[in-house]
Amino acid sequence: MTDTVTTGHKLKTLDRVVIRFAGDSGDGMQLTGDRFTTSSAIFGNDLSTLPDFPAEIRAPAGTVAGVSAFQVHISDHDIFTPGDHPDVLVAMNPAALKAHLADLEAGAAIILNSDAFDERSLQKAGYAADPRVDQSLDAFKVYEVPMTSLTLEAVKPSGTKARDAERSKNFFALGLVSWMYSRPPEPTIEWVAKRFAGNDMVREANTLAFKAGWNFGETAEVFESSYEVKPAHLPAGTYTNISGNTALAWGLVAAGHLAKVPVFLGSYPITPASDVLHELSKHKNFGVRTFQAEDEIAGVSAALGAAYAGSLGVTTTSGPGLDLKSETIGLAISLELPLLVIDIQRGGPSTGLPTKTEQADLMHAIYGRHGEAPLPVLAPCTPGDCFYMAIEAARIALKYRTPVILLSDGYLANGAEPWLIPDVDDLPDISADFEFATEPNKVMPDGSETFWPYLRDPETLARPWALPGTPGLMHRIGGLEKADGSGNVSYDPVNHELMVRLRAQKVAGIANDVPLVELDDPDGIGGADLLLLGWGSTYGAIQAASLAVRSTGRRVASAHLRYLNPFPRNLGEIVRAYKRVLVPEVNLGQLSKLVRAEFLVDAMGLNKVDGLPFRRIDVQAAIVSHLDALESRNGNGASRAAEEAL
Amino acid sequence: MTDTAVPVTTRKDWSSDQEVRWCPGCGDYSILTAVQLMMPDLGAKREDTVFVSGIGCSSRFPYYMNTYGIHSIHGRAPALATGLAVARPDLHVWVITGDGDALSIGGNHLLHALRRNVDFTIILFNNQIYGLTKGQYSPTSESGKVTKSTPFGSLDHPYNPVSLALGAEASFVARTHDMDRKHMTEIFRRAYAHKGASFVEVYQNCNVFNDGAFETILAKDNRPTMLVPLEHGKPVRFGPDLEKGVIIDSNGSAVIVEVSEVGEDRLLVHDESRVDPSLAFALSRLANGPYSPTPVGVFRAVERPDYGSLVQDQLVAAAARKGPGDLTNLLHSGTTWTVE
Repeated sequence: MTDTVTTGHKLKTLDRVVIRFAGDSGDGMQLTGDRFTTSSAIFGNDLSTLPDFPAEIRAPAGTVAGVSAFQVHISDHDIFTPGDHPDVLVAMNPAALKAHLADLEAGAAIILNSDAFDERSLQKAGYAADPRVDQSLDAFKVYEVPMTSLTLEAVKPSGTKARDAERSKNFFALGLVSWMYSRPPEPTIEWVAKRFAGNDMVREANTLAFKAGWNFGETAEVFESSYEVKPAHLPAGTYTNISGNTALAWGLVAAGHLAKVPVFLGSYPITPASDVLHELSKHKNFGVRTFQAEDEIAGVSAALGAAYAGSLGVTTTSGPGLDLKSETIGLAISLELPLLVIDIQRGGPSTGLPTKTEQADLMHAIYGRHGEAPLPVLAPCTPGDCFYMAIEAARIALKYRTPVILLSDGYLANGAEPWLIPDVDDLPDISADFEFATEPNKVMPDGSETFWPYLRDPETLARPWALPGTPGLMHRIGGLEKADGSGNVSYDPVNHELMVRLRAQKVAGIANDVPLVELDDPDGIGGADLLLLGWGSTYGAIQAASLAVRSTGRRVASAHLRYLNPFPRNLGEIVRAYKRVLVPEVNLGQLSKLVRAEFLVDAMGLNKVDGLPFRRIDVQAAIVSHLDALESRNGNGASRAAEEAL
Repeated sequence: MTDTAVPVTTRKDWSSDQEVRWCPGCGDYSILTAVQLMMPDLGAKREDTVFVSGIGCSSRFPYYMNTYGIHSIHGRAPALATGLAVARPDLHVWVITGDGDALSIGGNHLLHALRRNVDFTIILFNNQIYGLTKGQYSPTSESGKVTKSTPFGSLDHPYNPVSLALGAEASFVARTHDMDRKHMTEIFRRAYAHKGASFVEVYQNCNVFNDGAFETILAKDNRPTMLVPLEHGKPVRFGPDLEKGVIIDSNGSAVIVEVSEVGEDRLLVHDESRVDPSLAFALSRLANGPYSPTPVGVFRAVERPDYGSLVQDQLVAAAARKGPGDLTNLLHSGTTWTVE
């Protein structure tokens, strides 16, 4: 930490900081966090975010249930997670303090809106006594700022009524924290001007509140110092701040563009997937058709109908919707048509935790249909990766004429990170991976030519895709078992077995067409004793934890799966090369079961299902325990105490 | 599709090579025959025609047409066909369904397809029974019906499919029956020509599980007294000597009267193009099932923009407003910054 003195305050330089904004659902905390994130991104920090909001649109004001929070981790170096413990908590009311205090470590800073700590609000939050006067905050640096009254005073010139003026207090908080962390104010002021261009009074009020917060930090003798977090050394290029859902939507637009087929999205609103529908709906000038269906089943069915007619058929949903779509996905497997099914996982079962993250749909994605119904399953590992995996899922669906399930989750969907914008010319030309049938493909014994819809490509085992409108290739397909080749309805038992095996073989063969899983082991394969095997959104926590453990001189390897079915070809070799395989998952152990079943390897689980992503320290602590156990076993074959403690 | 000339075809060209496997004597045969005979005269091309069905006896229909076709899953044909029709407005899409498929498991999709006015033609084979699962009552079976699943009589109140379609504000609603190919053909031709969702209920006899369900109105001798033909612009009259007619009474209900008693001027003149569907609805309530004089023909045929065209219009408007999609611009559309 280096100190410089400016305008009466010390300016300290930090390498990273974690800030959490927390307030009532109506306090605009998501917006505040988002704006702080954007200014930090423009400033050049690496960052990672974790929005956390209740399922209710407006839970009773002032209660713990209604608290909405946004955490952002900014740094001058490459980071992988939104941070374990906030260094600063901005609490707009007592409920926000109560909901988040437990996440703070001693020494953390708390900035309170002291105006909100009246008796009634304390009571609503469930405080028997004011936490500011008992000892409960003694371990922290507490800054009490009367944000509501300062905001009301500041926005007076805008002529806003008191009740409306109060709503600008999130901009006061944003201004204050922006000053504290030396964020440039211009991007926010410009954004306010643009966002509220149609409403002079609101624009003026928010701008005044933001500036008042900034000035309060600078002039009031409350804060002994401000901080700066220098820009990170990211690879050269143009960046944008992107959430997983936006990246997914853009990836779908890109996939249609690259495949040279129109995108058709059939979808039904569901948290946390709706934003993909919203985003895609904006891009009709790309020829993207979005259809808000009457239900989840209609969404996927319409997408499948569009696929038959030559579109890239897509449906987006979350767990409960995936349940409903299962029968249609089975039909798509039978019809052997391309279809993208995107599941933004959330806490289950049933309605579960709509706004919280989970990875518990993996088995459902792979096995959740009646009959032998295999399909490829892919999972992006970061918000930005959602863009590339949408394209990859489309490539596989189009090339192999199969439904593909892409598993994102609430954490990736709403979390954001700086994303190096790719050059469009560098994206893969997936139109070269498939073609539409134009000619008959079968000569009958009498010499006549005909079209057989299930005469497969010998290499990919994909069946021909003949679009309605193509003369001479009229054919009928359906959910009844087809005769191999002709595609006519067949109840022949031998044919059924052949078709079941062919469909399985087609999907299994995709392993030859996906990249090998990358192993991160500085000492080469099998160099460490412990391998961490992850999938999906655990990537960041696993990376951060592995680096932290290695920085202490201990060895640990990691590998991260983006292809869950079929597994990459080298996965067996990798998992068998380690004394122990540990699989962190936000579920009760699904990938670990698959690895055990597939490779007869004693994969162990690191599991949690609390609606939140893994923190680095969770994974790091588990690594250390496992390494200790392995070492004690290596050193003394009889001693298993450490291991049993796990 | 570049060749716009429609080749001359025959029924044989429209028939697939698959053996038709409905029970001998099933009413489905006469509907299939009517459609196959009619297609050559419609000016349609086989490759531009798609039949989509759900599950049930009627839903085997696409396998017998030498066109494009999908035999999908139970109840979902309208949903699947919506995607097909919206993605490809150049195609003509038919939805073949039954009373169980369209009104029970797929009731939701039917309603929404009709209200959206998706450009396709729905033929609902109504036999008032589940045939493929061997004889359970359906949502159009009469109350009290004894079936395998209702040994003490069904407790359900049945749907009137035409009333349902009118309630959903379908733009084309008609009823016909499997005993009269000429009438079927005329109705199907009208339905095909209609832009938007066309809904046709076909009374269809299941001679194995519900034989004679429509005998009261469709037996040859009964038809003159039991079928009320709807003809656009003409007074609603029926009977061997057109002695009966329909009026709208002071409560707004359609009522059957003796023409000689009320006078011809009081008869309801059928107007299928009337935007307000309430008179068509009143007509649909004349008979609550095929046991009393029942209207057949076109109840409603109004012009309303079809869903696929509206979707297409938005795409064209967006491209005109924003220019054709440019991926590089899209990826740079948020706040960006450059790292040297």
